[in-house]
Amino acid sequence: MAKGRVSVVVERCKACGFCVEFCPTHVLALSSAFNSKGYHPPHVVHPEKCSGCDLCGMYCPDFAIYGTKVPSEKSPEKAGGEK
Amino acid sequence: MLNVLDETVNPVEPFLRSDRMPHIWCPGCGIGTTVNSFARALIESKIDLESLALVSGIGCTGRVAGYVKLDSFHTTHGRAIPFATGLKLANPKLNVVVYSGDGDLSAIGGNHLIHAARRNIDLKVICVNNLIYAMTGGQTAPTTPGHATTSTNPYGTFEPAFNLPHLVDAAGAVYVARWTTFHVRQLARSISEAFAKKGFSFIEVISPCPTLYQRRNKMGDGLDTMKYYKEKSKVKNGAPTGEVGLTLNGEIAVGKFVDRDRPDYQTMMRAQYVEALGDRYVDVPDPEESDMECVCG
Amino acid sequence: MKADPHGVLTGTHFMDGDHACCEGALAAGARFAAGYPITPSTEVVERFAARVPTVGGTFIQMEDELAASIALQGGVWGGAKAFTVTSGPGFSLMMEHIGYAAMTETPCVFVDVQRGGPSTGLPTLPAQADMMQARWGSHGDYEIIALCPNSPQECFDLTIRAFNLAEEFRVPVMFMMDEVVGHMTEKVVIPPADQIEVTPRKHTHKSIEDYLPYATNGDLVPEMAHAGEGYKFHVTGLTHDERGYPNMTPQTQDKLVRRLQNKIRVAADRICLFEEDRLEDADVVVVSYGITSRVAQRAIDAGRARGLRVGKLRLITAWPFPDKKIVELAARVKAFVVPELNLGQMVREVERAAAGKAKTLAVTHAGGGVHNPDEILNAIVEASRC
Repeated sequence: MAKGRVSVVVERCKACGFCVEFCPTHVLALSSAFNSKGYHPPHVVHPEKCSGCDLCGMYCPDFAIYGTKVPSEKSPEKAGGEK
Repeated sequence: MLNVLDETVNPVEPFLRSDRMPHIWCPGCGIGTTVNSFARALIESKIDLESLALVSGIGCTGRVAGYVKLDSFHTTHGRAIPFATGLKLANPKLNVVVYSGDGDLSAIGGNHLIHAARRNIDLKVICVNNLIYAMTGGQTAPTTPGHATTSTNPYGTFEPAFNLPHLVDAAGAVYVARWTTFHVRQLARSISEAFAKKGFSFIEVISPCPTLYQRRNKMGDGLDTMKYYKEKSKVKNGAPTGEVGLTLNGEIAVGKFVDRDRPDYQTMMRAQYVEALGDRYVDVPDPEESDMECVCG
Repeated sequence: MKADPHGVLTGTHFMDGDHACCEGALAAGARFAAGYPITPSTEVVERFAARVPTVGGTFIQMEDELAASIALQGGVWGGAKAFTVTSGPGFSLMMEHIGYAAMTETPCVFVDVQRGGPSTGLPTLPAQADMMQARWGSHGDYEIIALCPNSPQECFDLTIRAFNLAEEFRVPVMFMMDEVVGHMTEKVVIPPADQIEVTPRKHTHKSIEDYLPYATNGDLVPEMAHAGEGYKFHVTGLTHDERGYPNMTPQTQDKLVRRLQNKIRVAADRICLFEEDRLEDADVVVVSYGITSRVAQRAIDAGRARGLRVGKLRLITAWPFPDKKIVELAARVKAFVVPELNLGQMVREVERAAAGKAKTLAVTHAGGGVHNPDEILNAIVEASRC
């Protein structure tokens, strides 16, 4: 069970590749899909390796991706960012 | 609103004017990355967002003001720092951040940079340094390393570049750090540390400009530049700022270079007035308590 | 509302125009000034530096006029009434930020104690050659208000008016003194605070959710908020929409820039102040302002003593220019005589408004002194013969 989950805001992505490169567990790769601007957004290729560290989110210059921690079975609150 | 299929929220989203996304920065530009670090620092430091004001100048980094959901002021080229000074002096309760680029802050704004540092005005200055004038098409900046190609030095620059940490250190800044956009966590930490300090803090962030600086100098794209930062950076906390100058292909010294304490401008001002005037000194009025509120129809 | 008594130096004083201007600013509620020394204006901020720590406010001497002219705007957005003070060369440096104040609708006052120019010119001697610059000095289309005091008493009274107009119209107001008015010492009566009307900031009462920084409800002047109140608004010098967001289209430009112009023009009758004397039967009208109006008064009286039907129109508001008054007079007088300490600036406005219906005689002076009343009288005589 992955500790984290990645969310992608497809339409904001400009395929810079930062998230793919700097994910410490290599969860991501650029997909072959296109967004409406013609960019290939990332997709998750190894979801089980995601720790929810949100380094992808910190690197993304377009605010187009972020990682969140998946709540453990004991605490059913939703995972989410601050505020 | 966004095509996120779950109910999670990007931690940076509450700090953004989502109605203005997507932003204008190029693919691989690092400015957005610095905003992530800034947002994390705000969260970490538990800064009251209602008493935070962000002031920027003109240029690509200057556009940050328009994208953050804060009281934000997009001022004139080079003059973010004096505007910010006025804000802070009129309302000392504000936390005032200046977020601008290397050309804006050190060329046209250079005079204001050094005087604010000298005075130790309580400002947190984030200087995104992409070594170029990006918005206007890639002209030489005071920070462009020697022998780089720019649109106004088509045969290569030959001027010595500013070593910004050294400049602001010499002028009197109490906190001076440099990171690159690769160092997202360290940058967030530095910004938090600056928030905890009173006085003039200056954080330089080396950032890619893939469209102009990197492209003209055949240095690849944004990702190539981030890998380059990773490879060439060397953390040198406490290094003498005179030794952290940048070159075209050399080492990038990063770290916290200066962290000292000296009274900030308002503390010194108050002390002087109290000494000279005693009871006759009247403190700067609290704008919230003034009767500026009008009874407009 | 009434002036804050802490800033009002009630009493009868013997002071010069520069000092009176400072007292006017304090009486108007100014609690922030950013300045840079330049003759003959420096005394205004020197006095403010001495006074404001005992009234409650800030003075900061900035490193140059570029800094001063925008630091004061930061002070405004931080919640204060603010101003700066300068003369020709500094005024030139401040032009970009006057435009910024006009574009962002930042209420503030710029005092220009005019001296001989161009360039360094005559630092200690008078001129009135910045009048067109006050109106047109910054780039782009915008409107400002300009006032011209002609005595230290007016330096007090009209500074208050300048601040009031700035707040009412959210516009930078140019306070066009000259070196003689600035440095002449006369009686200045400062009334009790409860006899001084000051216009408060047009602060919004809307909720944070509903507030739009640049929306107007028909009166052309948006409501303002200050940093630190939770409104999280954006201010930019870029062409912007009602949300304050950059919106760089011709349509937004048209809407914004025309409103900035109209908010002044539509209210011109209310804004324009002038002093009239013996215009009812006049053949010749002397149009003057500032120190020149004091000299002109002598010439007008001398002309009347000779039986000439000469009247006075003194511009207290130079901008917006009182077109209507000139149009009205041009229909029935022979000529306007316009003495100025310049080679012909406001005279062009008189000519334009008169549209050929009456003649216009300029009585120019390159600056450095004041006219001899006879120069003006001779022009009145010549005008009477038209």
